[in-house]
Amino acid sequence: MKELYNYRQMIFSLVKKDLRGRYKGSVLGFLWTFVNPLLQLCVYTIVFSVLLPTNIDKYYLHLFVALIPWIFFSSSITVGSSSIIAQKDLVKKIYFPREVIPIAYVTSCFVNMLLCFVVIFVVIAFSGIGFNFIALLYLPVIMIVEYLFALGMAMLTSAVTVYFRDLEHILGIVTMAWMYMTPVMYSVDIVPEKYQSLFSLNPMTPVIQAYRDILYFAKVPELSTLASAFVLGVIFLAVGSLVFTKLKKRFAEEL
Amino acid sequence: MSQEDAIVIKDVQKKFRVFYDKGQSFKEILLFKNRSHYEERTVLNGISLTVKKGEAIGLVGHNGCGKSTLLKLMTRILYPDNGSISINGRVSSLIELGAGFHPDMSGRENIYTNAAIFGLTKKEIDKRLNDIISFSELEEFIDNPVRTYSSGMYMRLAFSVAINVDADVLLIDEILAVGDANFQAKCFNRLQEIKASGTTIVIVSHALAQIEQICDRTVWINDGKICAEGAPRDIHPVYLEFMGKNMRDTESANLIASNNTRWGNQNIKIKEVKVLDDEGNDGKAIATGSRVTFTIDYEMVKKTENVVFGIAIYRVDGIHCYGVNTLIDGLPAITVDSDGSYSITIDKLQLLPGEYILDVSIENTDAVPVDYYKNARRFVTFSPVSDAGCFRLEHTWKIN
Repeated sequence: MKELYNYRQMIFSLVKKDLRGRYKGSVLGFLWTFVNPLLQLCVYTIVFSVLLPTNIDKYYLHLFVALIPWIFFSSSITVGSSSIIAQKDLVKKIYFPREVIPIAYVTSCFVNMLLCFVVIFVVIAFSGIGFNFIALLYLPVIMIVEYLFALGMAMLTSAVTVYFRDLEHILGIVTMAWMYMTPVMYSVDIVPEKYQSLFSLNPMTPVIQAYRDILYFAKVPELSTLASAFVLGVIFLAVGSLVFTKLKKRFAEEL
Repeated sequence: MSQEDAIVIKDVQKKFRVFYDKGQSFKEILLFKNRSHYEERTVLNGISLTVKKGEAIGLVGHNGCGKSTLLKLMTRILYPDNGSISINGRVSSLIELGAGFHPDMSGRENIYTNAAIFGLTKKEIDKRLNDIISFSELEEFIDNPVRTYSSGMYMRLAFSVAINVDADVLLIDEILAVGDANFQAKCFNRLQEIKASGTTIVIVSHALAQIEQICDRTVWINDGKICAEGAPRDIHPVYLEFMGKNMRDTESANLIASNNTRWGNQNIKIKEVKVLDDEGNDGKAIATGSRVTFTIDYEMVKKTENVVFGIAIYRVDGIHCYGVNTLIDGLPAITVDSDGSYSITIDKLQLLPGEYILDVSIENTDAVPVDYYKNARRFVTFSPVSDAGCFRLEHTWKIN
């Protein structure tokens, strides 16, 4: 832990490199960070108000406040899983705490999500839903919980992918299925009663619900939701870092 | 581990798995289970070593002896299978220079990235920035993207970062060959300074002269074990002797006398040419100054009178080093009426290390060739002394 703290500058510079490199060479450059979610929002608005109208009020926002956190989570897993392989030149040649790599990737996805939240806030302000400032105080909490969760997953998958390259592709399908198992595109109410208990096993459900409570319903999320999300996040992080510590010793040989 | 020790290595073993055909994907693992057969190759086999604080040691050994693996274990890129390695203090390694350099970022930005990989914080880097830039001699280019740098500039920048990290333990792998002669001298002086300031240094190098200048101790690793250790001046000659013999022997055995041409009336035919060292073995490398015997077997096709036997030695680049025959040496003319052999022994072959070509000849006294066998054999010589030229001339120095 102390060593990781010493390497904070490396994490910082990897995050910076990743964020800057993401849109390198494009005309809009860094602006894409904002344009991209905005355009996505436009598409969803058109699709769900014209083609597939739903009975949920302001469905685009209902979707959007859940989709952005979901994208952070799923890209942490998919991009994160190949992160060690992507940095193999560094891993093979030089010593640093290997945990730096998944941490930097997840952090960079996280920063990207924060920037998207700028767009979300603008949209909410114009939508007329308005803000519940007490509820907003819970937003950083749920963000941190999701961060821990994503980091745990990224550590787990990135370490395993070094030994088993297929995982990267398997995860593409898994995250897609996972998204439909999570109330991102729909409300949790439409889940049939008998599957509700099964549904609550999905650790991402309370996380997404908390986001939606805070931003869409403008209400303080249920404490039990937050607490269970937090416990799950910590468990995932513990498992992820345990596996990572176990597997990291042979990284340089396997790559 | 006592406070005075910088590095303590205890009975370290390292094996590598060499896969014949490794499947890394799901399909391959499932379908071709038998394919992922591997062989375990022991690279390090029980190394124990203690380096005191402020001591500088050099690791030597032939290619593949495990010295670089040992260094990688010290940097914690690899982990030992058995045994333990403990290191006191911050480690900086000059093993791979320029790790993490981004071609599109400027030299200055890359200093930050690269130094961050060594575990420096922004504050620490700020403090060293000027030293790093001035050491690299890249002041005017420091804000240009690194992709515009020449390879020399690139290495200079990378070296400057690595050497200014202020580590407690500095691990160096064969990289003192950066930049021009001036920059190398500067790097070398900087290393001396670093050493003087109490940093522990471990160098892997084939440049023994550099090790002698910096290191207090040489550790010679052979086949994954420590073969000898001690003062560089004591170890290096023994090591060189061993290396010379070993390497040259394999080299010598691999030599095939190619493009051999022969001419003459073939009344007598050369059958076999041997190059025997002082122990009578054929095809070994010859130590400069030791005894060598060339033996030539011939068969008689037709009885011949007034025969002269000879040899000539050429260096591989064509310089005629020596030539002699029985006529020149005043031996009586020979009559050949059956198969036989002749040999010539040189008590002290003073040819300096290199590769040589042996011609053997059978002529008559009128210099008409009977069987002139050009490029009959090749042989190599070795020596731990690095004097220059073709021959070693016996000498003594006297300095008043």
